[in-house]
Amino acid sequence: MLHIYCPHCCEYREEEEFHVKGQAHLARPLDPEACSDKEWGEYLYFRKNPRGLHHELWVHAAGCRKFFNVTRDTVSYEIKEVYLIGEKPSVVAASVSAK
Amino acid sequence: MTQKNRLQSGGRIDRSKALTFTYNGKEYKGFEGDTLASAMLANGIDVIGRSFKYSRPRGIVAAGAEEPNAVMQLGATEATQVPNVRATQQELFDGLVSGATNGWPSVDNDLMGVVGKVGGKMMPPGFYYKTFMYPQSMWETYEKFIRKAAGLGRSSLENDPDSYEKINQHCDVLVVGAGPAGLTAALTAGRAGARVILADEQSEFGGSLLSSRETLDGAEASQWVEKVTAELAGMKEVMLLPRSTVNGYHDHNFLTIHQRNTDHISDKAPAGQARQTLHRVRAKWVVLATGAHERPLVYGNNDVPGCMIASAVSTYINRYGVVPGNELVVMTTNDGGYQAAFDWQDAGRKVVAIVDTRQNPQGAQVAEASKRGINLIKGSGVIDVAGSKRVTGVSIATLNAEGTAVQGSVTKLSADTVATSGGWSPVIHLAGHTGSRPVWDDKVVGFLPGPTVEKRLVAGAIAGDFTTAGALAQGAEAGRKALAELGLGQAEIELPATEEVVVHPPMTLFQIPHLKKTSEAPKQFVDYQNDVTAAGIELACREGFESIEHVKRYTALGFGTDQGKLGNIAGMAIAAKATGRTIPETGTTIFRPNYTPVTFGAMVGRDRGELFDPKRYTAMHKWHVENGALFEDVGQWKRPWYFPKAGETMQQSLDRECKATRESIGILDASTLGKIDIQGKDAREFLGRVYTNAWAKLAVGKCRYGLMCGEDGMVFDDGVTSCLGENHFVMTTTSGGAARVYEWLELYHQTEWPDLEVYFNTVTDHWSTMTISGPNARKLLQELTDYDVSKENLGFMDWREMKVAGVPARVFRISFTGELSFEINVQANFGLQVWEKLFEHGAKYNLTPYGTETMHILRAEKGFIIAGQDTDGSVHPYDLGMGWAVSQQKPFSFIGKRGMAREDCVRENRKQLVGLKTTDPTIVLPEGAQGVFDPKAPIPMPMVGHITSSYWSANLGHSIAMGLVKGGLDRMGEKVYYPLADGRVVEAEICSPIFLDPKGERQNV
Repeated sequence: MLHIYCPHCCEYREEEEFHVKGQAHLARPLDPEACSDKEWGEYLYFRKNPRGLHHELWVHAAGCRKFFNVTRDTVSYEIKEVYLIGEKPSVVAASVSAK
Repeated sequence: MTQKNRLQSGGRIDRSKALTFTYNGKEYKGFEGDTLASAMLANGIDVIGRSFKYSRPRGIVAAGAEEPNAVMQLGATEATQVPNVRATQQELFDGLVSGATNGWPSVDNDLMGVVGKVGGKMMPPGFYYKTFMYPQSMWETYEKFIRKAAGLGRSSLENDPDSYEKINQHCDVLVVGAGPAGLTAALTAGRAGARVILADEQSEFGGSLLSSRETLDGAEASQWVEKVTAELAGMKEVMLLPRSTVNGYHDHNFLTIHQRNTDHISDKAPAGQARQTLHRVRAKWVVLATGAHERPLVYGNNDVPGCMIASAVSTYINRYGVVPGNELVVMTTNDGGYQAAFDWQDAGRKVVAIVDTRQNPQGAQVAEASKRGINLIKGSGVIDVAGSKRVTGVSIATLNAEGTAVQGSVTKLSADTVATSGGWSPVIHLAGHTGSRPVWDDKVVGFLPGPTVEKRLVAGAIAGDFTTAGALAQGAEAGRKALAELGLGQAEIELPATEEVVVHPPMTLFQIPHLKKTSEAPKQFVDYQNDVTAAGIELACREGFESIEHVKRYTALGFGTDQGKLGNIAGMAIAAKATGRTIPETGTTIFRPNYTPVTFGAMVGRDRGELFDPKRYTAMHKWHVENGALFEDVGQWKRPWYFPKAGETMQQSLDRECKATRESIGILDASTLGKIDIQGKDAREFLGRVYTNAWAKLAVGKCRYGLMCGEDGMVFDDGVTSCLGENHFVMTTTSGGAARVYEWLELYHQTEWPDLEVYFNTVTDHWSTMTISGPNARKLLQELTDYDVSKENLGFMDWREMKVAGVPARVFRISFTGELSFEINVQANFGLQVWEKLFEHGAKYNLTPYGTETMHILRAEKGFIIAGQDTDGSVHPYDLGMGWAVSQQKPFSFIGKRGMAREDCVRENRKQLVGLKTTDPTIVLPEGAQGVFDPKAPIPMPMVGHITSSYWSANLGHSIAMGLVKGGLDRMGEKVYYPLADGRVVEAEICSPIFLDPKGERQNV
């Protein structure tokens, strides 16, 4: 069971309090009508499934009910960072592999 | 019966406290401090079970958690039956009742053994797949045979009378194992004031020191253990958990500890006590001091009772005062094995020989053996033993230097016990639970914990140092390191002086060769519990199973309740040799929780019966119960299903409720509908984006029905939203969808449109909602309010604030039945009072309570959908014939708009929701029935959609149904056929789903 730091509550809480909402940084196209079926299909259905770093959207469902982002290693389950909606991750796959 | 193997003195047992226990219906005596295993050995019980495949007699091999054979059925009564208890870990208590888990008709006289001997070839590795596959019709017979043979124990047929607990814990340092390393780690951390939990699976702390004859500070090691334990017990931040197995090491330092509070007292906990406790610990740092398990060697007929691991022999002698035989042969690859012979000799029984596989062992132990005059046979191995229910002799042969082949002649010696030591395997199970892969160490001749991302330290034998001095020092070092990492300062402890030991390097050897090749030699068991032999592993490798994970699953190596604690490493070594690889190349299988079996009781704790899942009740629940309602679970809600009267069938109740509503007035407790309060200057804009229809012009005091879709254009919820003020709305959702919809709104607001000023709050439980429906609804409501609720003043799809029965209320004139209908919302704490007032005044109108079932029928008569029943995530608004609820003119591309315009969503012949009228009006189609256009089409018939809703309508006098049909909206009047499981084919005609009052005249009055 993961131990997750909620950046809104500023505390570590148990995974039971959170819902994971899948891949982070999926922006809804600003003009959906301008999207081809293929583009819309990619927005709807196509997701990354990396072995290693993954940026995920979580919500503190049984807590403050706020959404935030988590960078998690899908192999070790280590959480590298949490950051707010609208922010960019500071730990990304390239920076880790460079180390 | 006398305890023939019990010593007169010595050990940590209390000879003044005799205990009586039963094994297989026969009474025996033991002492306080015994385990069931030590008491059985004291009484000379050799055979404690029959093996899994071959039904060979088996005896006790080990003295701890690694025991594969002595897996017992426990319990004096049916209700307290516990399967698969390791006798080596079960403390003896007075009145303990145990039995072998297998053996038929009994372990001593087993008929299956004949099958095992005759049919041994019937059960090669992979026998699950090879032998019992065909014919399929025989499987039930095979299964019974396998189950009876397998000896898996049985659970009680009655309810568990005990209670169990779960506790969440937090600590700075969790120390796993209270041997020398664990004790110094805990003491160091404890002295600095850290919050420490020290857990050990045994009844007493001390680990290896409890059965060792080593001294600490020149005195018995147990004295030092007592001193340290006493100091720890006096520290208020330190929690000591004996009889507590750390079974799972989960992500982010979350560990589960299974504490057995009363299993050493009785098979049923004393009144008021929880039998077991599951501690769920979040630890800042973990110190694993789990020790090591001795590996037995693999040799011919090594499963005959009397074959044991060497350290277990020492443990039974030193800790329990039990010598499990008369004539001992020790076989060892290392210095460790010698101690068993010395302990045996000191206990006054005969050591036949020590057989050392090393060519020229030196060192203190060898010297001691010759000083004692023990027959030391070097460079040799026990290649076979004689006997079936007990060892009667051994065959010893000289080995080559590598231990891979027999050289020279075979010597036979008489013996009844063979103790072997193939070295020690660090107990790395917990270290591997979170995915860290173990690392082979040639010097240790074993796997060590690999690197990890967890905040975890290891100390003592788990780290590959098998000496007491090393364990003590490493434990203290781990304690200091944890303190430093935690910033909790420093603490020093004084380590006790240990005896110096000169160790001769061990030999890396797992399997003793035989004169014949493995496949033809006597059976050499690797995994006792699953009857996996060296020959079986070799065969699996020959058949192409190279990955150790495949070898495991094909042979069952490491399966079962012991998970191969004793045999895994040897099995991997044999597989490595058979595939021409090294052990590190072969690797280990993955270690997964739990380390030892955990009872379901402990996992469940108090979450059973009433407390299994939270229940939600409406404010009127008591009334429903008193008025005979039967309930239906809707999410966690308990909703009235229907209100039967005496003597009524369910259908009769529903008919009565449906008719009463349409003829006069019915009432529904609709409090469970999800309600979300939405405020903010952009609330209206937000609604327009998440609903498919238009909200820009909804005036204060008005209500509107809305459909909510996903980005794929498919309907996922619906409900009525009302305008309370210019910037204030209340949204209703389906009862089961409330939480999902709420999170959906927050998701879009927080991640996509944070610029919109809008706030959401869930208010479901704040309101009691009672819906009165029927021609007399207005009359009843008017009696309870001063507000004018006439058609002119409170029109259809209007809402008003007013007092109802003297209580502030919001009254919504909306209808899910098609009747004149009012939804009265009052503060939840007034709910019951208003509900009762309605009945006081409603009696004269035959006010009839109805539940979810009648609600479903009444709405289906009107063709109203239920999201989640008539939709399934593949249905968009146009499929439902509800294009009227989609506004393509809205400036913002609302959620679902782009999705429902996809090529697949606008094609011809999609499944569409229609009404269906059976040709025979008395037949009610089963929901889920699949339709076909041509009932004579060859199988598989092309299916055209399924029935989503189907009921008997008492108001209409015929059955009604709704269903999805391909191109259904353009097929009005055409026939669909529903072939049913019972062979009938039901004909139905496609029609409008609005069966009653298509013009809506009943609600517009």
